Amino acid sequence: MPERKVYVIPCSGIGKASASVGRQATYRVVEELLPEKADTMCLALLTLEDPGAQEKVRENWVVAIDGCAKDCARKNVEAAGKPPEIAHRVQDYMKKHKNLKPQAVLDIGEEGKKLVELISQELAEEIDVLLKGGERK
Amino acid sequence: MTMRTKPKFVGVLSCSGEEEPEGTIARNAVRLVMEKYRPGITVSLCLPLYLAGDSGEREFAKLAPVIAVDGCEKACAKLSTEKYSGKVSGAIDIRALLREWGVDDHLSRSRPGELEWELTERVAQEIVKKIDSLIQEGELATKPEKEEAN
Ligand code: SF4
Ligand code: SF4
Repeated sequence: MPERKVYVIPCSGIGKASASVGRQATYRVVEELLPEKADTMCLALLTLEDPGAQEKVRENWVVAIDGCAKDCARKNVEAAGKPPEIAHRVQDYMKKHKNLKPQAVLDIGEEGKKLVELISQELAEEIDVLLKGGERK
Repeated sequence: MTMRTKPKFVGVLSCSGEEEPEGTIARNAVRLVMEKYRPGITVSLCLPLYLAGDSGEREFAKLAPVIAVDGCEKACAKLSTEKYSGKVSGAIDIRALLREWGVDDHLSRSRPGELEWELTERVAQEIVKKIDSLIQEGELATKPEKEEAN
């Protein structure tokens, strides 16, 4: 049986800079911080109820990163068969770190990049704890 | 007798495509069309809202013509629209376009560089062509705006 992975799935927001931040934090985690343990998948495949994508969700750990309170990533993961092990909203980080405001959807700017770094570091730590079977924050 | 009023907007819906470089091109090309090439007449919607959102969001394609922009042949934007909302008025498969254009370079999904942005601009122009044909066919109550210089 293939080793279980962590799928970090960002929402697909196209109208909010917070969604762009979530996506970039996802790439930072799966490509640079935890490339051996984490991967991502197209959320739209879950929207479409693709059986292969649904199986990946059921058979692996999932982290959902949403841009806003509509929680599209979390809800689409849940609809695929199980709640994500970890779920965050970028807007919650923005409330906590009011000095880090992403600039725009296509270019999140310097503050947006700092927010990406902060979120991805926290996520990587949480994922490590999850993989060690410990308690999440 | 009911009169059908023509929509003033066209919906351009990108697939999410987080896993694929073509998905990143799809999202960015749609934003370029909204912000730069056809602002004011182009609206979009976060694709997963079809499942997570309310019925208003599912009505999207019934209120305006929709052009689906997909990263690959799985056609998530097109099929989700058809499943939850209605027929699409146009569809783009970026992977097929890249094949047609003879592009077989390795592309980045996370850090689009010069080549990725050049392709994004080309895809944006393909979307613009589709929007303008809808206008010319009388599907929209609007005229194409003057295009900004590249
Ligand atoms: S969570 Fe918010 S930003 Fe993300 S896809 Fe849904 S509506 Fe868009
Ligand atoms: S069409 Fe392809 S690239 Fe786009 S979301 Fe679906 S699987 Fe991903």
